[in-house]
Amino acid sequence: MKWSMLAAAAAAFMSLGVSEALAGRDLDQIKQRNTLRCGVQGPSNPGFGVPDSQGRWSGFNVEVCRAIAITIFGDPNRVEFVPVTTQSRFPALSSGEVDVLSNNTTWTLTRDTNVNRFNQPAITFYDGQAIMVPRRLNVTSARQLNGATVCVQPGTTTELNLADFFRANNLRFTPVVIADLDELRRAYDSGRCDVFTNDFAALAAQRTLLARPADHVILPERLSKEPLAVTIRQGDEELTNIVAWTTFALIDAEELGITSANVEQIAASSTNPVVRRLLGVEGNMGESLGAARPDYARQIIRTFGNYGEMFERHLGTNTPLGLERGMNNIWTRGGLLYAPPAR
Amino acid sequence: MSLSVLRGPARGYLIQAALLVALVATGMWLWSNAEANMAARGLRFGFGFLDRSAGIPIGESLIPYTPADTYRQALTVGLLNTLRVAIIGCLLATILGVALGLARLSANPLLRALTGGYIEVIRNTPLVLQLVFWHAVMLQMPSVRQALNPLPGVFLSQRGLKIPALMADPALYAFLAALAAGAIGWWLLLRRERARQAETGERRATILPGLLMLLGFPALSMAAGFVPQVQWPELAGFNFEGGLALSPEFFALLLGLVVYTAAFVAEIVRSGIQSVHRGQWEAARALGLPGGRIMRLVILPQALRVIIPPMTSQFLNLTKNSSLAVVIGYPDLVSVANTSINQTGQAIEVITIFMTIYLALSLATSALMNWYNARVALRER
Repeated sequence: MKWSMLAAAAAAFMSLGVSEALAGRDLDQIKQRNTLRCGVQGPSNPGFGVPDSQGRWSGFNVEVCRAIAITIFGDPNRVEFVPVTTQSRFPALSSGEVDVLSNNTTWTLTRDTNVNRFNQPAITFYDGQAIMVPRRLNVTSARQLNGATVCVQPGTTTELNLADFFRANNLRFTPVVIADLDELRRAYDSGRCDVFTNDFAALAAQRTLLARPADHVILPERLSKEPLAVTIRQGDEELTNIVAWTTFALIDAEELGITSANVEQIAASSTNPVVRRLLGVEGNMGESLGAARPDYARQIIRTFGNYGEMFERHLGTNTPLGLERGMNNIWTRGGLLYAPPAR
Repeated sequence: MSLSVLRGPARGYLIQAALLVALVATGMWLWSNAEANMAARGLRFGFGFLDRSAGIPIGESLIPYTPADTYRQALTVGLLNTLRVAIIGCLLATILGVALGLARLSANPLLRALTGGYIEVIRNTPLVLQLVFWHAVMLQMPSVRQALNPLPGVFLSQRGLKIPALMADPALYAFLAALAAGAIGWWLLLRRERARQAETGERRATILPGLLMLLGFPALSMAAGFVPQVQWPELAGFNFEGGLALSPEFFALLLGLVVYTAAFVAEIVRSGIQSVHRGQWEAARALGLPGGRIMRLVILPQALRVIIPPMTSQFLNLTKNSSLAVVIGYPDLVSVANTSINQTGQAIEVITIFMTIYLALSLATSALMNWYNARVALRER
């Protein structure tokens, strides 16, 4: 990770010809290169992004990037996945090593404004920081953790929330911070730490990789709000729109009952103008967005399904993660997913 | 005509000037590029962030630190952690390396072969791999509730080593002063005896009176009522409370660096000793000196001239290699700096800071070693 930092600094020193801030600068570069460079959590994050033995990535965050590639190129395979750690992700994005981060990055004010100058156009997952402990410790609340040793990833909101939480409750703790998530999990699994903290979904993912997952319990408390969003550099309105409306298309499709199985049939037969506009049967949504094809949303849904299908495939109750929809359900079913209308 | 300018001393100056111009121009080009790129991304160069509250927790620190402290304080904590592992590491690597180097030259073939095997394996595998290995070994220690207890008050577990701590109070200062007085007494005794030996040729053992002073003075001070208070570590809740703690990350890093660097030091020591001419051994034996004293008084002083310069590089390497601490989670300078970059976005500033610090550390080490080298160098008369 040290090297990517230095690479970032070196790139900042040496990259040429990007001194003028044109609108659409990043999108132009992506189109010129003919691939989208997508930063994902490395070495792996079960459910969200995992490489197979061939180096091909799959997972929820991975499909979000592929969906963006469909909007830009009309091709889900024009994506190059770059594994980044929590420490190396922002220099990687700032320096242009990646175009987008789809790696469970929390949307915060400082990341959006003065510090990094990023843009986080749409929330893809609503999460909150949780705490995992071995069952045998008989801990039921985070407030009982005075004096505990805590495994946490550096450079995250999690790390800052943890310090805030213990400060606010006047508790002491010893942090063990390791950037590599696998190494950190091994430290917790071996007993180096009493507590493992991360966003709830990521923690559930890590639990599946422990030696005996059933021996560990995730406490019901949530230490924070963690709205996870796709992150890009500031200054490219067109790319911002593409990221936002790609995400919205997934959510709108679920709300309208469009799935990978019925999308073609609905596109052919539906008389509902809302559906027809989303699927590119009428209107010029694709063109206004700058998408490669007018029916970009139809292609995304045909390839990956709607938001709910993606969720169930990688994170849902039938997967090792076993997550409930909860906050990540459509607003009409009591969740927080509410996309602006495509019109 | 003008070709004559390109000869003689003028040519040298011309080349120097051209090089200087090229260097300055490259530097300016790099800086203007960085500035333009930062401006394009809306980043502002500056060190104001150093005074902002860092918010990041750090596991071990030699100075008081809480997440409410500033980035300046956090980076200082990281620097001190780097210095701690580097200084202790250099000392231990030297001791282990010299021992291994001597063992490599031993008359015992088994010892020679074992040392040779150690050196070849350690020198030819990547350090990062070794660090991860040592970290994994540390994590195999018993859990904190089944901690090994080899001595009263000493606990060894996955959480590292816990030892009793001495409370900082007047009794401790009196105790330490007595200890220092004992050491100085021993040193004075040694000096007197050496002068005596030079004068009369008679050698007398100094160990017994020396030890008596070193241990007797503190004993007297304790008898006088200045008994230092000991804080014993106790298992309370999740962890041991009280006492001094050495973390497994620190141990793994120290062990990895020492074992790795010692292999290189051993080869330097071996080559240094072998560079001393055989005639020196023979002459020393002819004088009737015993083996240990031949090494200490005749061979090593001459070998040091060959050993010191490459040793400097090993010390520099060890210090810089300590930045691999990020892999196993020891909060060294680079680890804290990486997190600071992440939280502030001031990549160029933070990298400038830690590069400057490493440069200063390296130059200071080199200066110290050069001074020592000049002391042991052959004085031509």
